[in-house]
Amino acid sequence: MTTFPEDSILVLLETTPSGGLAKSAAGLLGAASQVGTPIALVVSASGAASNATQNAAALGAKQVLTAEPEGADARLAVPTVDALAAAADLVRPDAVLISNSIDGRDVAGRFAARTRSALAIDAVGVSRDEEGIVAHHSVYGGAYNVDCAPTFGAPVITVREGSIDVRAEAASPEGAPLDVPPSGAPAASIESFEEQAVVSTRPELRGAAKVVAGGRGLTSQEQFALVDQLADVLGAAVGASRAAVDAGWVPNSYQVGQTGISVSPQLYVALGVSGAIQHRAGMQTAKTIVAINKDPDAPIFEIADFGVVGDLFDVVPQLIASLSARKE
Amino acid sequence: MRIIVLMKEVPDTYGERKLNLETGLAERGASEAVLDEIGERALELALTQAASLEDAEITVVSMAPETATATLRKALAMGADKLVHIADENLVGADLGLTAEVLAAAIRRTGFDLVIAGNLSTDGYGGVLPAMIAELLGVPYASALTTVDISADRVSGTREADGGVMTVAAPLPAVISITERFPAGRFPNFKGIMAAKKKPVETLTAADLEIDPEGLETPRSIMLAVSERPARSAGTKIVDEGDAGEKLAEFLIQNRLA
Ligand SMILES: Cc1cc2nc3c(=O)[nH]c(=O)nc-3n(C[C@H](O)[C@H](O)[C@H](O)COP(=O)(O)OP(=O)(O)OC[C@H]3O[C@@H](n4cnc5c(N)ncnc54)[C@H](O)[C@@H]3O)c2cc1C
Ligand SMILES: Cc1cc2nc3c(=O)[nH]c(=O)nc-3n(C[C@H](O)[C@H](O)[C@H](O)COP(=O)(O)OP(=O)(O)OC[C@H]3O[C@@H](n4cnc5c(N)ncnc54)[C@H](O)[C@@H]3O)c2cc1C
Repeated sequence: MTTFPEDSILVLLETTPSGGLAKSAAGLLGAASQVGTPIALVVSASGAASNATQNAAALGAKQVLTAEPEGADARLAVPTVDALAAAADLVRPDAVLISNSIDGRDVAGRFAARTRSALAIDAVGVSRDEEGIVAHHSVYGGAYNVDCAPTFGAPVITVREGSIDVRAEAASPEGAPLDVPPSGAPAASIESFEEQAVVSTRPELRGAAKVVAGGRGLTSQEQFALVDQLADVLGAAVGASRAAVDAGWVPNSYQVGQTGISVSPQLYVALGVSGAIQHRAGMQTAKTIVAINKDPDAPIFEIADFGVVGDLFDVVPQLIASLSARKE
Repeated sequence: MRIIVLMKEVPDTYGERKLNLETGLAERGASEAVLDEIGERALELALTQAASLEDAEITVVSMAPETATATLRKALAMGADKLVHIADENLVGADLGLTAEVLAAAIRRTGFDLVIAGNLSTDGYGGVLPAMIAELLGVPYASALTTVDISADRVSGTREADGGVMTVAAPLPAVISITERFPAGRFPNFKGIMAAKKKPVETLTAADLEIDPEGLETPRSIMLAVSERPARSAGTKIVDEGDAGEKLAEFLIQNRLA
């Protein structure tokens, strides 16, 4: 039987509907490599994951466990939790790392409750001290840095997507199938799944280097296209305030803020966004913030490195024209 | 049908939220305490669907400091039938594991067919408690729902999944969590506020639930260090005089951002 290194870090890698590894994989394995030996677990429906071992090894997994538990694509979270429990029994890791995605949090919560492990949520970094693995958090919109560790035992840590820049060195592919005894825990069943069509070639909001976000000031779905246009000129991802999402101009997944996505890009451009504290909580750690707003007292200006008091419908087209002209 | 809604008292996010730099705990006095908005949405869902369910009884369960009673009463005024309030000094600073154990025990003690939670609280934003509670109760969990349909023996809905949209279903008893795409909670009216005064409030301690918050056999998550980041300050602000777009382009290019 395979033996696993003393300092193993068990990393749960998610797969995409088409069978590849999810984008979060590189950051998770990168984080694991900083504090120990990354051991990956890839869970999928029978035959659904392609080249999981090669792909995970290329991103730094020293060993790759692949599991195809019954019902992996038909029941929420439980089959993956069962696989993770089996993997943890085998590997005896110093920590378990999971993506802080919707599915990742469901798995982390159930797994931590089942194994009575300490849970650290939404970490933006990990480190190791004499006692074990420490999780670093950025809370209240980046206003505070908090370090957490378990009183004892291996912690379960969910890692914020796009927050880890470190990448692990590629390893030689070494994989083994994992046998998963079903726990029998009841789960919700998945009756249908509709993959979100990838609508553009734009960078993904999570982890993007540049973000252009639009708020209520865009006034309509048609006018929101202006945000897309500026994003395309800058090579940026598109984000939105909750007001814009609530209005139905953009999908939920565009929401930046406390209850949406937290981003830390090099550049954040806020168009017609007032800068409510809940919005700022998701973007105020950006390196450079630019805001265009017609209200000189909009709170977004308190944190903007470059603020323009003006009508976005005048300023943005001029900005786009000017940037396009200089590119030629 | 016995419906339990999990609600939390949180610092109002419109105010400034503070962490105590020594204890790492949320500073309760720093801003006004309110019912978590997502919890109000969960209660609103329960109230709306209760109308079409037989013998629906809605109990709000909350673990919160003793001082939260006034805040929690708002849930009764909105229309919940009963409040179970777990208040215990020894639970101050409880981590996710302990919170889940306490809430699961209180839910079991109260009796339930359906537990409705928010997907993510406004202050801790762990987004994991309902999953933990479902595991401890040994029931299905349907998370991050954007629509919900409750019938006598089943709950189903649309789930905002990573990379797509799914429909999910579970037989009762079950735990679900909803997202902020659900409508906001109703405002309590005068009648509701008066009726709330007569509704039962049960106050429990950890000992009532046979939980020892200081027990050493389960690992807990603890804070090692807390530090405050320097606040951000404003930079240049210009008023558009017809050339702001040009000036902004200049700024972006100079800073190698375009
Ligand atoms: C618990 C909770 C969680 C929340 N979570 C989030 C979250 O995650 N993300 C989020 O964004 N919000 C969140 N909110 C909502 C938040 O409080 C604000 O309501 C929201 O961010 C406002 O969006 P907005 O800035 O687009 O709209 P508004 O506040 O209405 O601002 C629109 C701005 O556009 C400007 N404007 C209008 N026309 C023009 C023009 N022609 N040119 C230039 N400027 C113009 C106006 O001056 C105004 O400043 C949350 C709220 C609560 C209570
Ligand atoms: C900034 C911050 C960071 C933290 N990080 C961690 C961490 O990494 N690890 C850790 O173990 N603990 C952590 N905690 C403590 C943790 O937040 C608490 O244990 C908290 O009581 C529950 O977590 P939550 O608010 O994140 O819940 P979530 O999982 O986000 O809550 C989801 C839903 O569960 C229900 N719910 C949550 N709390 C209660 C309650 N008290 N009563 C009734 N229903 C409730 C509500 O319906 C809510 O909408 C942190 C706390 C703060 C303030």
